[in-house]
Amino acid sequence: MSEDPTPSGTPAAKPPPWNDPFIRSIFFQVLAVAILGYFFYFIFDNTLANMAKSGVSTGFAFLSREAGFGILMSLIDYDETYSYGRTFFVGLLNTAVVAASGIVLATLLGFVLGVARLSNNWLISKLAALYIEIFRNVPLLLQIIFWSVAVFQALPRPDKSLQLGDAFFLNNRGLFLPDPVFGAGFEFVTVAFLIAIAGVYFLKNWARKRQESTGQQFPVLYTSLALLIGLPLIVFLIMGMPLSWEYAKLERFSFVGGANIIPEFMALLWALTMYTAAFIAEIVRSGIQAVSHGQSEAAHALGLRNGPTLRLVIIPQAMRVIIPPLTSQYLNLTKNSSLATAIGYPDLVSVFMGTTLNQTGQAVEIVAMTMAVYLTFSLSISMVMNWYNNRVALVER
Amino acid sequence: MEDTQRSPDLAPPSSIVGPVGWLRANLFLSPANTVLSLVGLYIVYVLFVPVLDWAFFSADWIGTNKDACSSEGACWVFVGQRMDFFIYGFYPKAEYWRINVIFVLLAAMIVPQMIEKAPYKEYLGWFFLIGFPIISGILLLGGIFGLDAVPTDKWGGLMLTLVISFVGIIAALPIGILLALGRRSEMPVIRIICTAFIELWRGVPLISVLFMASVMLPLFLPEGTNFNKLLRALIGIVMFQSAYMAEVIRGGLQAIPKGQYEAAAALGLGYWKSMGLVILPQALKLVIPGIVNTFIALFKDTTLVLIIGLFDVLQTVSSAIVDPAWPEVSTEGFVFAAFVFWVFCFSMSRYSINLERKLHTGHKR
Repeated sequence: MSEDPTPSGTPAAKPPPWNDPFIRSIFFQVLAVAILGYFFYFIFDNTLANMAKSGVSTGFAFLSREAGFGILMSLIDYDETYSYGRTFFVGLLNTAVVAASGIVLATLLGFVLGVARLSNNWLISKLAALYIEIFRNVPLLLQIIFWSVAVFQALPRPDKSLQLGDAFFLNNRGLFLPDPVFGAGFEFVTVAFLIAIAGVYFLKNWARKRQESTGQQFPVLYTSLALLIGLPLIVFLIMGMPLSWEYAKLERFSFVGGANIIPEFMALLWALTMYTAAFIAEIVRSGIQAVSHGQSEAAHALGLRNGPTLRLVIIPQAMRVIIPPLTSQYLNLTKNSSLATAIGYPDLVSVFMGTTLNQTGQAVEIVAMTMAVYLTFSLSISMVMNWYNNRVALVER
Repeated sequence: MEDTQRSPDLAPPSSIVGPVGWLRANLFLSPANTVLSLVGLYIVYVLFVPVLDWAFFSADWIGTNKDACSSEGACWVFVGQRMDFFIYGFYPKAEYWRINVIFVLLAAMIVPQMIEKAPYKEYLGWFFLIGFPIISGILLLGGIFGLDAVPTDKWGGLMLTLVISFVGIIAALPIGILLALGRRSEMPVIRIICTAFIELWRGVPLISVLFMASVMLPLFLPEGTNFNKLLRALIGIVMFQSAYMAEVIRGGLQAIPKGQYEAAAALGLGYWKSMGLVILPQALKLVIPGIVNTFIALFKDTTLVLIIGLFDVLQTVSSAIVDPAWPEVSTEGFVFAAFVFWVFCFSMSRYSINLERKLHTGHKR
């Protein structure tokens, strides 16, 4: 007694349309688009109604209105008379400068800590481990507020500053440094430096080609250093040392002249560096450990000494593991710099999404612009990263 | 033939074994190593001696007001006196027992998970995900079963931090699973929608999400719908966290070999059955350490709610240290808050490392 309704040999009946996977998939996709469309329509409609009710006009016209508020730190010309649009760029540049310096410092500290963690010296390795475990398990915001409130605001008053010679002063108004004053002819020194960089590039290529064809080595490192330092120095001396320093001086209540780094910037930079370095150290450690011991043994067997083994065998392979998570740490650092709001450092979120938003009430436009900045940055970095990953990925044959 | 007898082996020289040998191997192997050790010792001397002295040896522990803090060291009296505020926030004092009941329940569920062979772990896990949130919600909010209602603006301190992180993780998990499945779906529209959602939230800082939740959410909804601050923050955090969760789970889905999908299809299982019965149980087990790590990040991120005016642990501490009755206790306050977070995060990360070892996931990075 056969249960099979379709005798063998005849083709199976077509399934009813509601069981056809293709038709089903079309149905669900149309449904998803419809729901999403209605959702956005609902939000859009409500937003327009709510904004009309509170008397806020939509659009980006507010960007050209006068801002009327001062900003603590600005890398471009800015005062109260500039427009709201200008506050966007002031905030953007402040974010960029703290993120860029944070990335450089965190990378340096992180690599040192990561290598120290692997040291065969017990004490150094344990100290690095202690640092890593403390700093990555305490919220960044807490660290930022701690450095700002308990350390940098607790520094002495300007008249009792900590000082290094007559040039550097540290107090609760920030760090005061000598400001370089470039005389006539300094641009030639810059040009000389650029020429030196180009020279190093060509020298390196030439040395590599020569070594590949003849086997002769050329001391690239020392020549490059000599070129990079020597050429600008010679031009500098020929031009009659066109550089002087303007020192900060203590007037009645505060310092005048010189360059000033505000304490909010230092607290934020310090906290971002310490926090991110702990994560980078772990990435570096795992990257180096990921290169198997056989690789260095093989390099030694080929007759390479310790230095070239590290430079030509270990590091290139470790970098393949290190770079992707390292980039995501850079992204995290950039996004985390928005915590500046908590201590009043004028970054993009604090200036634009904070003060400008409060003054204009243009919530939708401002939030969208701010998010778009971070989003553009993240997406472009991840695109570069995917390209890099595909390039260095292990090609298996 | 003379009978030769081997003399017994000499003990290894004391320079190779024992404390001296250990010192040589680990601290003074080469001249450079010795210099490093000395630098390390100097760092220990400069940093740790004053810190330990400040925190323990010359600290003040007992007393009731600032007069007890007469020594040079830390004033832990302050932390002790304000402990209730740091744990319960503005919760009415008569109702503290409700929060204590929840703490006890929480401990009763977490401790068995740490023990290798505890019975009923699976049931406890399910209770943790479903029953526990309901019971806690009833206890905390009140308003039924004769419990007095406690509005959420009275919540604060450690209790608020825990509420936000647990709601965050428990709500983000199912949404994250759906997003991860959607991102790997064969339907292009669903895939694009899920990918866009995930990348959008992962690309922006949490603080801008919180700003958006607190400023823009009221604009998006019809007039008259009113959300309280906590709920707005929770919506923002859940959206943000579910995107990260989705990526973690996607990692697990990708690690399942294709044969498993094919086997499920060969058995005649439909999409949801093959996912629910075959793929997800394996994938989720693989990514438990990743989920714990996401939870650690979320736990640290809860501090950001202070920016939109909620009183988590950090904010209770920040507001307590400006109390004129206690001058100059900011360092003590922050160190205490840091210690609370550190204990939670460090123990969770150890737990996650242990799990990773046990599960051999092969995702060690």
